[in-house]
Amino acid sequence: MSALAAPSAPDLASAAFLLMVGAYTAGALGALTAGSSALARSVTAAGALLGAAAGLVLALAVLIAGAPFALTVPDLLSPGGGLALRLDALGAFFLLLIAVGGLPSALYGVGYTAGYAGRYSLRWLGAMLNLFLLTMSLVVLADNVLTFLLTWEAMSLTSYFLVMTEHDRDDTAAAGGWYLAMTHAGLAFILTAFVMLIPPGPTSTFAELRSTAATLAPAARSVVFTLAALGFGAKAGLVPLHVWLPRAHPAAPSHVSALMSGVMVKLGVYGVLRFALDLLGEGPAWWGGLLIALGAASALLGVLYALMEDDLKRLLAYSTVENVGLVFIGVGAGLLFASLDQEASAVLALAAALYHALNHAAFKSLLFLGAGAVVHATGTRNLNRLGGLVRTMPWTAACFLVGALAIGGLPPLNGFVSEWLLLQSLLPAIASAAPLVPPLVTLAVGAVALTAGLAAAGFVKAFGIAFLALPRSPGAAAAHEATTSMRVAMAALAVLCALFGVGAVVIVQRLAALLGGYDGLTGRPAPLAEGLSLALPGAFGGMSPPLVALGLAVAVAGVWVAVRLAGGRGLRRGDTWGCGRIGQTARMEYTSTAYAEPLRRVFAELYRPTEDLTVDVHPESRYFVQSIAYRSEIVPWFERYLYAPLVRRVGAWADWTRAIQSGSAHGYLAYLMIALLVLLAIALARSG
Amino acid sequence: MLAWTVDAAQGLAALLLAPGVVGLVRWLKARLQSRRGAPPWQPYRELRKLFAKEVVVSTNASWLFRLAPYVVFASTTAAAFLVPFLVVPRPLDAVGDLLVLVYLLLLGTVFLALAGLDPGSAFGGMGSSREMTVAALAEPTIALAIFGLALSAGSTNLGQIVARTLADPASALSPGHLLAFAALFVVMLAENGRLPVDNPATHLELTMIHEAMVLEYSGRYLALVEWAAALKLLVFFSLLGNLFVPWGVAVALTPGALAVAAGSIVAKFVVLAVGIAVFETRVAKLRLFRVPELLSASFVLALLAVTSSFLAR
Repeated sequence: MSALAAPSAPDLASAAFLLMVGAYTAGALGALTAGSSALARSVTAAGALLGAAAGLVLALAVLIAGAPFALTVPDLLSPGGGLALRLDALGAFFLLLIAVGGLPSALYGVGYTAGYAGRYSLRWLGAMLNLFLLTMSLVVLADNVLTFLLTWEAMSLTSYFLVMTEHDRDDTAAAGGWYLAMTHAGLAFILTAFVMLIPPGPTSTFAELRSTAATLAPAARSVVFTLAALGFGAKAGLVPLHVWLPRAHPAAPSHVSALMSGVMVKLGVYGVLRFALDLLGEGPAWWGGLLIALGAASALLGVLYALMEDDLKRLLAYSTVENVGLVFIGVGAGLLFASLDQEASAVLALAAALYHALNHAAFKSLLFLGAGAVVHATGTRNLNRLGGLVRTMPWTAACFLVGALAIGGLPPLNGFVSEWLLLQSLLPAIASAAPLVPPLVTLAVGAVALTAGLAAAGFVKAFGIAFLALPRSPGAAAAHEATTSMRVAMAALAVLCALFGVGAVVIVQRLAALLGGYDGLTGRPAPLAEGLSLALPGAFGGMSPPLVALGLAVAVAGVWVAVRLAGGRGLRRGDTWGCGRIGQTARMEYTSTAYAEPLRRVFAELYRPTEDLTVDVHPESRYFVQSIAYRSEIVPWFERYLYAPLVRRVGAWADWTRAIQSGSAHGYLAYLMIALLVLLAIALARSG
Repeated sequence: MLAWTVDAAQGLAALLLAPGVVGLVRWLKARLQSRRGAPPWQPYRELRKLFAKEVVVSTNASWLFRLAPYVVFASTTAAAFLVPFLVVPRPLDAVGDLLVLVYLLLLGTVFLALAGLDPGSAFGGMGSSREMTVAALAEPTIALAIFGLALSAGSTNLGQIVARTLADPASALSPGHLLAFAALFVVMLAENGRLPVDNPATHLELTMIHEAMVLEYSGRYLALVEWAAALKLLVFFSLLGNLFVPWGVAVALTPGALAVAAGSIVAKFVVLAVGIAVFETRVAKLRLFRVPELLSASFVLALLAVTSSFLAR
């Protein structure tokens, strides 16, 4: 790397960067060449842990010093402008996010992938995991179009290979196909957005894009914004581009699902923020409105389908759609306020969005790792076949409970604080004088609140059915606790969920500060806190996460001590009340499907479930039932009305092109000849 | 220091008063239905009895079942400490606003719902599923009603909402305020398992929501759960009483003002208890699948509250 030019970059940041790239690369190469699969697992984890830790140092160095880190390699791929890397505050935040998901997932992988030995290639998996982490880190560092597109596509491909790990399962190939198709559809939009901004000339750094954007007509800038929102929205999982999530996330190994769901989808948010805040600059109010509407639709539909899901990992994937929707509501509100020149509110909304993204990285990674431990121990993801795991897997149960409470938005954990902040940041918009904004935001508030309530219900179902009561299958009854590395990874994330909640005052102020300088925000935001409380300027309320946590802890301890002191008689174990019937079995318990039944009826117009009930009676008398078979299925309407016709149409086109594919070499030679002649004719016509 | 003492004292007083309010509602209902009824202090006797009794826990239940009553009681108590019963402004206002209060109550609901699933009984699962359905559907109404109040008061802070209405008495009669009151009244019925959403006096498991969920509890655990439920009703009573009709709330820490405040809040509790007793005697329980219609009606009320607050600004 002779052409290394790192002007004014602090030494610590440079060293951390080189270590990050070196560790991920060494981890990938080491895993590929490892002699045994046990060694491959260790090398994979070592490279990923070291790389993610170095990335964390790099991110913190940039965030704390406040000075961007830059590095260019002009000789490499020079026709495209060379590689250009630059880490500013926005990128550094997302690099931090990668470490939050990456470190525990890498550690977890040591124990989790042990079961893969002999079935799947651990060398390939380890190499792809390291490369996936590397390319994600480089995406947020990219400073020109070539670097961004190369690393973005490499990230998509490595994650595709990771999804395909369990390639012999039936649904994996279909999941991979959907993922590949959706991510490349997104890429097409992103590519077009970039092409509209690229200036003439060989290089296309983001700085040049910024100046081109300033000269574009308003309509053209809006087109670029819409394309970027669609392209990155496909990666983030915005409705209706989210269809790959509930397929790809369950198919991938669980620590990869954690990375994809907790971290990679956030890079879609990063892309939108990079375009909207940085490259394009301030836009019309409807940009924000569009994102709020898309976000509200994603949040609501995501949680509604998550509720109906019986597959634990699919439930989590739909819940990611929901949370990404919440993040986009915050982003949209921020853009809206910025275009209305309400800076304090804009900073607050964007900080709420980033804070929720960070929190989601923590609790969604935790929940996917927990789900992985469940799958590992019981061999099934079907909630209706789980149950009773709280006794056999107490550690996993406790960690999963923390994650479920956090994602359900319950105090004092982090999800509660960011949802509170998001609601507060929307309040000033209701009071806004701009037309159409108050009704839109009022509906968004209703959607956020309904989402929060339904998410709480959904995760009571997920935790309650999977971990409580009696096991519903032999597999669940024979469950065992996760290995040490898996437990440590989950416990670390559970602690983070609590810390991110209690430390909200510090975190939110930091996030508000890092937004300075983007999108015409001055960088000197009003202080968002007073002592231990979040006290919001421009918004309406205040609260203190540490004091709420303290109050709850004191109250629980106080009540416990008081009840202890009051004495009272002992505790006896007895049967569960079954109306006099003794001998309780798991068949008497509520199932996942039954738990969601009331809400399924309430939202029947949306779900339109197909139901199939077969009752088999005794030939002698119809009063003796021999068996009952019940089958019900919900096909999401956007799949039925949007994607199914699309897939049919594409299939028809593919069939049509078969006509020219004769299989004869002569035919193909003829096509080549004809194409050449046509091109020559065009060239002649243009030069003449 | 005095302010903190008053804050702590009013929270504890609410804790002690809560079972009495439930007893009062029961006694009033009994009188209205031409029954003699148990005296209003009957719940205290029941709590004392339950605290002294042996606890029976299902063999299938885990640690969560035994932890849940404490979390439910603690979160409801924490929520009660955020309510301005007697005086505004108060030191605890900075700890949490109306949204925090609502989420604290939701925390208790979630733990009860989990505890309902834990023993593996079909009734517990049924109650849990229904309770979470009602809680989830009530959530948007609560948020919008809060926003309707916050729009006119300029804050979601409880103390500030009260102070603002006291300073501008006419605003208590604004349509936004009245609509928000109606919306929160419906939510109060739903969240506390009152008629027409749930019947707190039912004896048939299949029609229960809240009672089915806590069916497995006994002894001190049941005492904690019942007490927390009473406290939750009191919290909603004082929200309806003090946020919408704040007269009587003290704005200075003088003995006279505090005495007036204490008298007025007790009077508001009695009025609301009579109101709910009359209402519950007049209506029949709704079928479970008609409940969402009631809740969407309350959502529309809250939406109208926000709209009219916005227009009246």
